[in-house]
Amino acid sequence: MNIKRYGFPLAVAAAASLLLTSCAANESAASGSDSDSSLSGTLIGGGASSQQAAQEAWVAAFQEANPDVTVEYAPEGSGAGRENFMAGASSFAGSDAAFTSDEISSGEFASCAADSSIIEIPAYISPIAIVFNVDGIDSLNLDAATLAGIFSGEITTWNDEAITSQNPDADLPDQAITAVHRSDESGTTENFTDYLHAAAGDIWDSEASETWPYDGGEGAQGTSGVIDAVTNGTGTIGYADASRAGDLGTVAVGVGDEYVPYSAEAAAAIVDASPFAEGREDGDLAIELDRSSTEAGVYPIVLVSYLIACSEYEDAEAAELTKAYLSYVISDEGQAVSEEAAGTAPISSTLFDKASTAVEAIK
Amino acid sequence: MTSTTASPPVRKPAVKRLGDRIFSGSALTAGTLILATLAAVAAFLVVQGFPALTADPDEISLFAGGNFWTYVAPLAFGTVWAAFLALLMAIPVSVGIALFISHYAPRRLAQALGYIIDLLAAVPSVVFGLWGANVLAPAIQPVYAWLTAHLGWFPLFAPPVSGTGRTLLTAAIVLAVMVLPVITALCRELFLQTPVLHEEAALALGATRWEMIRMAVLPFGRSGIVSASMLGLGRALGETMAVAMVLSASGGISFKVLTSANPGTIAANIALSFPEAFGLNVDALIATGLLLFAITLIINMIARWIVARRKEFSGAN
Repeated sequence: MNIKRYGFPLAVAAAASLLLTSCAANESAASGSDSDSSLSGTLIGGGASSQQAAQEAWVAAFQEANPDVTVEYAPEGSGAGRENFMAGASSFAGSDAAFTSDEISSGEFASCAADSSIIEIPAYISPIAIVFNVDGIDSLNLDAATLAGIFSGEITTWNDEAITSQNPDADLPDQAITAVHRSDESGTTENFTDYLHAAAGDIWDSEASETWPYDGGEGAQGTSGVIDAVTNGTGTIGYADASRAGDLGTVAVGVGDEYVPYSAEAAAAIVDASPFAEGREDGDLAIELDRSSTEAGVYPIVLVSYLIACSEYEDAEAAELTKAYLSYVISDEGQAVSEEAAGTAPISSTLFDKASTAVEAIK
Repeated sequence: MTSTTASPPVRKPAVKRLGDRIFSGSALTAGTLILATLAAVAAFLVVQGFPALTADPDEISLFAGGNFWTYVAPLAFGTVWAAFLALLMAIPVSVGIALFISHYAPRRLAQALGYIIDLLAAVPSVVFGLWGANVLAPAIQPVYAWLTAHLGWFPLFAPPVSGTGRTLLTAAIVLAVMVLPVITALCRELFLQTPVLHEEAALALGATRWEMIRMAVLPFGRSGIVSASMLGLGRALGETMAVAMVLSASGGISFKVLTSANPGTIAANIALSFPEAFGLNVDALIATGLLLFAITLIINMIARWIVARRKEFSGAN
């Protein structure tokens, strides 16, 4: 009776504990690998959820090279990440937006040494693809004004004159357009609306915003929600992280006189073509993206996310770890890791030189 | 299992025994605890949400130029509207299933069916959300397209139709499936409680089975059906994940249920906006939670009132 009653739960418990211990055994074996790194300790960071996949890849690779270091990145959102960094709860922050000059001059950064400034490095550059699902069409050429028209609901059918005139070869159906946008707050939305506002301000009259500014259109939760809605729907169009575009048709965006399909190089090129924000400290590489750039071969719809750290720390260990981690992130190796894991565009060598100078100066 | 440990009741003067005191003490603690929990939640909502109500609306980016009430009105409307539609679909089906299980189905089938319904209650809402967004919505979209094309004059089905099927009606259907097991389980138990004498009397008077149910079972269970529905309504009002995943929330107050521009719901909106919110925006979201709390309380009070009013007519006393 007893065996009958307790046998099953016991077996389950035994199996579970076996499983768990075998996991633990794995971990300890991994950390036993030899390495010449002398770093040790725990580095706490947090912020933009857009960086999550890249941060996870960076952390895994960095911890492999430095077995005694633990890096924790909490993808709690840019706003929360910035707040925690200011409060001293984390040593570095990931944020889709740089601190404004006012915030830096008036704010207190608890983990940074008194009277020191912060460094901001645009190490995460991710192209945002505009994906659509129209039978038999793989790519479309659309300029900013047309995109603004589609996403604001002014252009309602696929065979609208504005679309067909730019795509004379495509056989566009007489089908209603369903424009899908993110229903949650998102850095992707902010960058996409920023682009529409900058490049087609007369049609897209609202400022960049993390929430969708207009009523109407189709809302979907998260990147996967948008991709699912576009894939499962008919005549749909949406925007999402380029790494998630999959087999969906993508839009080549009109820049100047040409149409640029998204690519890592074109996305990195827009960052190089844009000026740095004025009135900043040396290591503060906040960029003012020039979305309306007409330079050849730039893809203007990118999400640039920053890694934010102190230029001088109160705590020597935090300084050492942050410096090591950030140098890894901006290195060719680090950028290759995030390209593979999150589909980011590796930063250009010009940007690397500036970022490297800033990181080397951390103390 | 079979042994009877309880001794036959013996009348004795009311001496407070240790067991009595422990039991009444723990029952009192349990009763107080639920009140304390409720008070703690309410206090949290009020304290955290209050700054958003008194602050300058321009400082809260969520409000996008409006104020708290313009922000929360469509959400409150969407919450109630979606829950209402869900109950409209769920209650008749639930009562039907419960009656089938309690009065029509052969015993074995009834038992199996009961298990299946209870199983449905155990499915996590994320799973319902995935199913609604990836299976139900694309499958039902052609139906919506047909409805708007042919019945577009009916205000609820007014065009333009959603291209993905992720509309308020889909969300309401998913919600209906989610509240179905709650209402069914309660109604089933309730209908089984109908005094057999009432049923037999009705049958003896020559009533058919349907007439017997109408005369004996339903009047007996009426207030219980209301209570069960209110419990289901509570779940529908507060459901977060499934609605967040299924519903395309991109519009204001609108009764159309087949378009892309639907009002969101309070709970889903909190889930969608909270991860990236900071500062006063967090307070604003918590304030919307306070409103949801209030709505739920009011609806429950109305339900209590209905149940109380009906009590004397039911066989329950």
